[in-house]
Amino acid sequence: MNRRRALAVAVFSLLSLALPAPAQDKFIVVASTTSTEQSGLFAHLLPAFEKDTGIKVRVVAVGTGQALDIGRRGDADVVFVHDRPAEDKFMAEGQGVRRYPVMYNDFVLVGPKADPAKVAGGKDILEALSKVEAAKAPFVSRGDKSGTHAAELRYWQSAGVDLEKAKGPWYRDTGSGMGPALNTAAAMSAYILADRGTWLSFRNRGDLAVLVEGDKRLFNQYGVMLVNPQKHPTVKTDLGQVFIDWLVSPRGQAVIADYKIGGEQLFFPNAGSDA
Amino acid sequence: MADGGRSAGLPIVATGLAYASGGTAILEDIDLTLERGVRTFVLGANGSGKSTLLRLLHGLLAPTRGTLQWGDRGARPLGQAMVFQRPVLLRRSASANIAYALDLAGVRGAHADRRVHAALQAAGLLQVGDRPARVLSGGEQQRLALARAWALEPEVLFLDEPTASLDPAATRAVEQMIAHIHAHGTTIVMSTHNLAQAKRLADDVIFLHAGRIAERTPALHFFSSPTSVAAREFLEGERL
Amino acid sequence: MPTVSTLSQSLAVAADLIAGFDPKLVEIVGLSLAVSLTATLLAACIGLPLGAAVAVARFPGRGAVIATLNALMGLPPVVVGLLVYLLLSRAGPLGALGLLFTPKAMVIAQTILIAPILAALARQIVEDAWAEYREQLKSLGVNTRRAALTLLWDTRFSLATVLLAGFGRAIAEVGAVMMVGGNIDGVTRVMTTTIALETSKGDLPLALGLGVVLISLVLLLNFTAQATRSWAKARFG
Repeated sequence: MNRRRALAVAVFSLLSLALPAPAQDKFIVVASTTSTEQSGLFAHLLPAFEKDTGIKVRVVAVGTGQALDIGRRGDADVVFVHDRPAEDKFMAEGQGVRRYPVMYNDFVLVGPKADPAKVAGGKDILEALSKVEAAKAPFVSRGDKSGTHAAELRYWQSAGVDLEKAKGPWYRDTGSGMGPALNTAAAMSAYILADRGTWLSFRNRGDLAVLVEGDKRLFNQYGVMLVNPQKHPTVKTDLGQVFIDWLVSPRGQAVIADYKIGGEQLFFPNAGSDA
Repeated sequence: MADGGRSAGLPIVATGLAYASGGTAILEDIDLTLERGVRTFVLGANGSGKSTLLRLLHGLLAPTRGTLQWGDRGARPLGQAMVFQRPVLLRRSASANIAYALDLAGVRGAHADRRVHAALQAAGLLQVGDRPARVLSGGEQQRLALARAWALEPEVLFLDEPTASLDPAATRAVEQMIAHIHAHGTTIVMSTHNLAQAKRLADDVIFLHAGRIAERTPALHFFSSPTSVAAREFLEGERL
Repeated sequence: MPTVSTLSQSLAVAADLIAGFDPKLVEIVGLSLAVSLTATLLAACIGLPLGAAVAVARFPGRGAVIATLNALMGLPPVVVGLLVYLLLSRAGPLGALGLLFTPKAMVIAQTILIAPILAALARQIVEDAWAEYREQLKSLGVNTRRAALTLLWDTRFSLATVLLAGFGRAIAEVGAVMMVGGNIDGVTRVMTTTIALETSKGDLPLALGLGVVLISLVLLLNFTAQATRSWAKARFG
């Protein structure tokens, strides 16, 4: 009785383990960011790509730091993030073959409609952040090594604010993705730097609204890189390059421009520029 | 015992046996011999060491001092079985319980089936052979435990107060089985509180008092004219 | 804290999802069940015999082994996930297997997570039974190995509850499957990672709705298991 049972269990387990592996589909693994995935871009983009090429794309969406780390480990074929300095470092390490600019979206400064720091309607992000710090108004930071977080830190620095000195109870470092950070900001009626894409899809707004936008400094550039097969022989070089070529092609760029939330375009294709 | 030839595990000879547990001495100075075919009863008050003695003789416990010989061997042989006050049965059918014991003894297949059938029949349990052992009544369960022991055709059968939890009818049925087993050549070593039972069934009596053998005599003699004071007091007390 | 309207919204969402047999939902539920059931069975093959062996055998250091097993019940899923991730990564020792970001990796992580639970609980159950059966079984001449197997079968009803506990832990965890699976849409997305995703997108009614579906599923499974157990117990004792 025991032996038969053990055998049945073993067979069942082997079958179950065998099942979830879909036979010989062509696929690549792309490491990207949570904000990109949560904007809904991939749900719009990838079906078009698959239709055109027959290649499935498996997106692992994490913070920029972790996405590049996945690339460094050779666990992804392509990385697709939005943090130029970090991408340049990745290339300098020889981890990527070539960096292509793809598109940009922008950041917005979101905050409570009551606006204690009086920044609403401004066109200068640095000025706005100075005012927030001066008023010690509650501000939520992602604090997770993401592209958004890196940008936020650069703005503080450019605004002449020494965060180490100025940090206090008003500055809330959450160590989380864009969505959870927005949740926190909504709950606390705090200011927060967000990418427009996640903001437009975000449903739990509370009393938050876009207060500052349009500053060129807020533009958020996306770059795509093939992970270097010389460092990681298992990288699917051919399929990965097809994806990249498609993204920067007129067809791919049109699909990107086509993605709208509530009638508003989120991403602005700019492949071929030197962004 | 299983079919592989009878090993001579008798007589059982204990020399200077003692057992202590957790610093307390339970048995001291036990010297005895158990001969083939004799029905030996171990009597004594609660705490006198009856259960411990049986377990030592069966090899379930190791003595803290002294030696035990089973026939010509120093290690406990196969061919012994034990029945406890509360029957321990597995969660399977009555016949499966017997088959399990036989399987452990190396008896399987058609041969085992026959022995299972015979044992159930001897115990009057044929009708309930397929029922889960645990849903049987207390008396039926104890008879099943005995049937299991009987199927093994043991040389020696130890019983530790087997009818203490049973009603008179069940007790009678169990005693009949013991008599049956003895008639087939098994040596019986049994403890009990039931003096009437001991009078009915015993050939020899070992009377334990405070962990020592106070008296060892044929049963008739023990019940009519015990020599030790302890035995006399014991019999007085039990009679009351 | 969710407001009353969020709660009632989520119940409505849950009802819609279930009634509509939303194909995405079916896919996610199916994968959750496949991963966690497989992990439970594999963990049982490892944990139950291990627990029974420790219960019955006597060896130096046994107390330490028991304490360790009990402590491992509290393994944080995210830590298990991280360790398995480092093992299965291409940069890691088992990278050549190419298992990272696949359901197989999720099964491995969950198996490691719940095997100690099954072992520790089985150990306790078998040890309690051994206390009851030991003298009779020794009288019949069992060796350690046979005793462990016999006790495993005899305590099967209690062990069924142990399996349910292990399964419950597996299907409810998010840390391990998120790390080693990557929450890839259509490939490694399960109920818990979807709930986490929808929460982080701010779609709380959907997240809670999925939570209701998950809890209902686990409840249904437990009720079925309990009914089966009662029937089997009455029938087979």
